Amino acid sequence: MKKAKALGLLALLAFSLAFPLLFSNPAITTIAVFTLLFAAAGTGWNIFSGYTGYIALGHAAYFGLGAYALALLCQDEHIPGGYIPFLFVPVAGLIAAASAVPLGAIALRTRRHTFVVITIAIFFIFQLMAYNLRAITNGSAGMSLPLLPPDWNEYFLNDVFYYVTLVLTLLALTLSWWVRNSKYGLGLLAIRDDEDRALGLGVKTGSYKLVAFVISAFFVGMAGAIYAYFLGSIYPPFAFDALFDVAVALMAFLGGLGTLSGPILGALILEPAQQYLALQYGENGWYLILYGLLFLMVILFLPEGIVPTLSKKWASWKAARSTAPSREPPPDDTTTSSQKAALLAEQGKG
Amino acid sequence: MNIIIAAIITGVLTGGVYALMASGLTLIFGVMDIINIAQGALVVLGAYLSYVLEQYLHMDLFVGLLLTMPLMFLLGVAIEWAFIRKLKRDRTMLSILVTFAVALIIEGVLGQLFTTNYVQLHAWYINASFQLAGFYLPYIYVFAFILSGVLLSSLYLLLYRTKFGRSLRASMQNRTAAELIGIDVEKVSALTFGIGVALTAAGGMAFGATTSFNPGSSYDLISRLLVIIVLGGMGSLRGALIASLVMLVIEDVTAVVWSPVWSSTVFFVLLVVLLLFRPQGLFGQLEGRKQ
Repeated sequence: MKKAKALGLLALLAFSLAFPLLFSNPAITTIAVFTLLFAAAGTGWNIFSGYTGYIALGHAAYFGLGAYALALLCQDEHIPGGYIPFLFVPVAGLIAAASAVPLGAIALRTRRHTFVVITIAIFFIFQLMAYNLRAITNGSAGMSLPLLPPDWNEYFLNDVFYYVTLVLTLLALTLSWWVRNSKYGLGLLAIRDDEDRALGLGVKTGSYKLVAFVISAFFVGMAGAIYAYFLGSIYPPFAFDALFDVAVALMAFLGGLGTLSGPILGALILEPAQQYLALQYGENGWYLILYGLLFLMVILFLPEGIVPTLSKKWASWKAARSTAPSREPPPDDTTTSSQKAALLAEQGKG
Repeated sequence: MNIIIAAIITGVLTGGVYALMASGLTLIFGVMDIINIAQGALVVLGAYLSYVLEQYLHMDLFVGLLLTMPLMFLLGVAIEWAFIRKLKRDRTMLSILVTFAVALIIEGVLGQLFTTNYVQLHAWYINASFQLAGFYLPYIYVFAFILSGVLLSSLYLLLYRTKFGRSLRASMQNRTAAELIGIDVEKVSALTFGIGVALTAAGGMAFGATTSFNPGSSYDLISRLLVIIVLGGMGSLRGALIASLVMLVIEDVTAVVWSPVWSSTVFFVLLVVLLLFRPQGLFGQLEGRKQ
């Protein structure tokens, strides 16, 4: 079983590495780059919102911060186009993460609805600043990023961006996997289940939440930086886009909130669909209508997400197959994650 | 000094209109524990309904409300029945996404029907004004303020002087207990959602009469409305009223003493600053445990 899983993962990895060779059409690789950007941002977002249950609807603020940070860095340092701006992508991510520290600390003083509204308000503050701080951001005229070298044709260019975003996605996935399987991640899940009880059991809820918030802002910021470089120029409504907030949340919900592969799966399904709709109906209202309907369908018919629904089916199928010689120990899902966190905390002390 | 007083007057008058829209939002939140993100889009829809009545039927804007408010009430009940009620688990968070989807669909339909060009409502009182103690007051601001006053008072009477109001407030205080003493909370929820949406018809008319709008105006509106209800304390009608007046006055005063560019930023920054000291808002209660 484990072997099959590992082989499957390897095959997926090989396929994603070979993807640009199999489909070299720039129209397709462009969609692939956007999909991977959303997969990376969604995985980052999920580390905070999925694991703690705090739905942040303002991460476009960090997306835009990353985008503008890269644009400003390249402008100030007179960086030529090419591979060098990619080296500054982590710096842009760090800037987004650093600003997430005070903002997250403020927002996390509240819970539930109020938290959602505060994140939205912070997002609007940044969008307004991008418009109004003309001296820095150039207002609605936007900023341009370094021009790509002329010998990069559209095939090569898309391939470069594809592999960079693939690396970012894999990094986000690795970190998300590590968090999920660490004592720290267990603390986050305990917060999702019952924050007060988790606090009572010794989980440092305040700093746990804040760290997760900052990590998610880091990945979303890097995704924003790559997005800006890919587009070549950046404007306030694209960098700070309210649709980004909900798109990321929707992808996570579709795939399965708080699961490792959920946001990736959601991005793989929704982003190409959105790109197609935008391409087909971009100029008129049909785009929004169809996207909204898709949105409603997902939430009304698959509220748990694809991954949890499938894994439940899989578990019940397996249970049905092994009912006769049930020698396997019963699944110990009876202990909640907060209890597990408490147990682990005990062990940590001893 | 005079321009500051004038700004305060405008702020109070427009604040009344925002109070109308925000009270619908906070009422829905109080009873159903959900945030209706579509409220902004519904306000714009209300404005377009008034626009259609005015353009094609040449109906007076205020008379038109007799048609648009019941229409929007039915739409609200329908949205609650079709989408909100279907959410069985994780209602709080999923309802935000569902109502956002509804907002997108409304924006798309309006964009399809009316294009994204800005439009404005027309009536004799929109561009006319009268003088009072040295200040020019546009008629529409005064009329809209009176309309808000009338509607909010009737809302008050409905909530505090009728049987339905009592069951609504009971559902607000404790949903389960209200169900236990025989209140049909589902029905109350649907009606509350309808009332909240019906208020947007009036709010939308007043909004459309004072500013030009397009289908995308909803983002600006909903962000302001959310700030207002959080500031006032979610679920508190009194808080929503006071917060809308305070916020709009501050915004208008900032616009004249500093610059109009920064006035909406001040709006959001104030929220963040206030929440540093009072996370529950001005009149809200601290949230208890979830279970």
